[in-house]
Amino acid sequence: MKRVNAVVVGAGAAGGIVAKELSMAGLSVVLLERGPWYTSNDCRKDDLRNQRTTVLGNAFGPEDDGNPRVVVDASGAAQTVLPSQGGYQNNAACVGGGTLSYGAMAWRYLPQDFRMRSTYGAPAGSSLEDWPISYDDLEPFYEKAEYEIGISGDDSGTPFKGARKRPLPMPPLAPNREFQILEPAARRLGLHPFHIPMFRNSVPYNGRGPCMRCRFCVGFACEVDAKNGSQNTVIPTALASGNCELRTGCMAKQVLTDDRGRARGVAYFDAQGHLVEQPSDIVVVSACAIESARLLLNSQSRLFPNGLGNGYDLVGRNLQGHHYTGAVGFFNFDTYDDVGPGASIAVSDYNHGTPGLAGGGMLANEFIRLPIQMVDRLPAGTLGWGLKHKQAMRDSYKRNIVIMGPTQPIPTANARVTLDPAVRDKWGMPVARISGNLHPHTFDIGLVQAQRAQAWLKEAGAETTVLSAGRPTMVSAGQHQAGTCRMGNDPQGSVVNRNCQLHDVDNVFVIDSSVHVTNGGFNPALTIMAIAYFASDALVRNWKGTEFRS
Amino acid sequence: MPSTGSGVRLTRRQFVAAGAIGGAGLAAGCHARNQGNWDFLNDAQARTLAALCDQIIPQDDFPSASQAGAVTYIDRQLARHYRRHRNTYRDGLEQAEAIGRTRFGQELAALPAPRQLEVVSALEHQNRTFFDLLRNHTFEGYYGTPRHGGNRDAVSWRMLGLATPLIRGRAQYDLRKGGAS
Repeated sequence: MKRVNAVVVGAGAAGGIVAKELSMAGLSVVLLERGPWYTSNDCRKDDLRNQRTTVLGNAFGPEDDGNPRVVVDASGAAQTVLPSQGGYQNNAACVGGGTLSYGAMAWRYLPQDFRMRSTYGAPAGSSLEDWPISYDDLEPFYEKAEYEIGISGDDSGTPFKGARKRPLPMPPLAPNREFQILEPAARRLGLHPFHIPMFRNSVPYNGRGPCMRCRFCVGFACEVDAKNGSQNTVIPTALASGNCELRTGCMAKQVLTDDRGRARGVAYFDAQGHLVEQPSDIVVVSACAIESARLLLNSQSRLFPNGLGNGYDLVGRNLQGHHYTGAVGFFNFDTYDDVGPGASIAVSDYNHGTPGLAGGGMLANEFIRLPIQMVDRLPAGTLGWGLKHKQAMRDSYKRNIVIMGPTQPIPTANARVTLDPAVRDKWGMPVARISGNLHPHTFDIGLVQAQRAQAWLKEAGAETTVLSAGRPTMVSAGQHQAGTCRMGNDPQGSVVNRNCQLHDVDNVFVIDSSVHVTNGGFNPALTIMAIAYFASDALVRNWKGTEFRS
Repeated sequence: MPSTGSGVRLTRRQFVAAGAIGGAGLAAGCHARNQGNWDFLNDAQARTLAALCDQIIPQDDFPSASQAGAVTYIDRQLARHYRRHRNTYRDGLEQAEAIGRTRFGQELAALPAPRQLEVVSALEHQNRTFFDLLRNHTFEGYYGTPRHGGNRDAVSWRMLGLATPLIRGRAQYDLRKGGAS
């Protein structure tokens, strides 16, 4: 097979951007994606089979057959789980990755989010660390992502943010009813509410039209292509450059290395199941936190017996996601207006600065709840089934507001991805084995956040509320998974350097949420993209024609 | 759908009356290929399941679970995505009948509603695994998309006051307002 400059593994939020940046800079790129290229026609507004509700399977991959993982619970018992089951911690397997079907909140992390250890000190038993890069380092790349991918919203109402040089490229969508109810209540509480930044066209942008405000948003591919992900922005640009070839249905097996310890390409199973090798000058792993770690661990060789980049047993550790907590409020008037996407208003007042708490998170109203998503979210004391339950569905469906938020996780080294010693996938490769948990302080913060959500709902007029703040016994990674190939300056304490380059192998890069040292109190997509632009920029600047030398 | 397609509006009273005639009649109308047969269940199992589902979501001013097609939904999925739950269903349905016969000496479907409720409550304690599946799957077949055989004619969405079919494109007319009305 013809040698190329770069193989990028994974066509998601980060991989799509890397493919575009490298191919536009003149490098020849092969972009490998294990899933297909779906459109909204493949998902058809199925509320039982989408990215959020997967009772009838994953709409955007991977499929249940032949893609198991193993999950180890707090007692140490291991269980094999299917991709559509919750414990699997699925993101997606398709062109666009999670960005095809996400809710599309587009948050910049705050300056303190990159210095969590300096700000708070590391709680005992945690692996809390600072990033080797700062908010200011990333700021130009946040902006680039905001303009290239396309974001609407307005964060001018909050002082809790890092400095930005340009406003968001699109105005926010017009406020829905929940926004109108929650906004004055937040102000009465002394908070600073604002329009959530979203990867969603509010006006024509990038040659596509605006959101039509339907109720099927988070978890679905957009029917009018108004939701912006890598599949309708950077990947088409990469392909149009003439320098990028996208190969779908291709599952990476391992990063190949030569006897000098440098990468020489990627071995993968093509769509027909044949094992092929793609030689390349550099390899970029962008398969998302769990699968990127798995690919590195599976890339064993004589020189790297424990997998690539894993000389200090760090690959796969510090797995984190977000601990979501909040509250449901029930009102004596209609709150539902059937105007999607639903999520519209947020506050960042609680991300930092609470005495005794190492961080916090943003709080926002939820996306529209489809009826099936309400059956377990009814007022306290409602029976779980029977006539009373049916009546409660009728009484409450249009009269509730949910406020939730992602608590910034305090990571631990024991929350991790390893290779399962026994279970294999359909290609015969060892599958990811997920074990461990976040630091318990995360859950203390989560409870306070839920009480804050509750107070906001009560101020807005909720007659009753139900708190949602658990103490899960396992790490909740899922679509916000991060942390498994932490970036840092110390080769013995991190997997990649600040440019996302493996300390061990200078022509292998990990560019995705794996490199997040901490995961912010926000949805991570925009930060994943900003890092992809940041790392691509460094890569292109250091590119010397046919070989990479840092 | 044939003659009683979604274009024809039934009043609530008519719908309930139609439902009262029997879930099987509606099922035949909507899915002619079934004709009283099922993808996985036998007729006796289907009767038992309908009685159980109708305690999870009973009839009131709006149809019960089985009247809305929940049994059709579950049966289809037992032949498809829920194949892994077949044994749990087989055993659970058998156990439900056993509880009914032991306590009241009759087939579950023939018992009056309060007695059926007792059986389901007993089942909830005696076979939690099956009960949880039954409950969740009944909700899916009632509140989920009509595409999979449940929520016939989107009856639960209408009950909740949701515009059905979905209004599309209403925001496209005034882009200056940021896409909303």
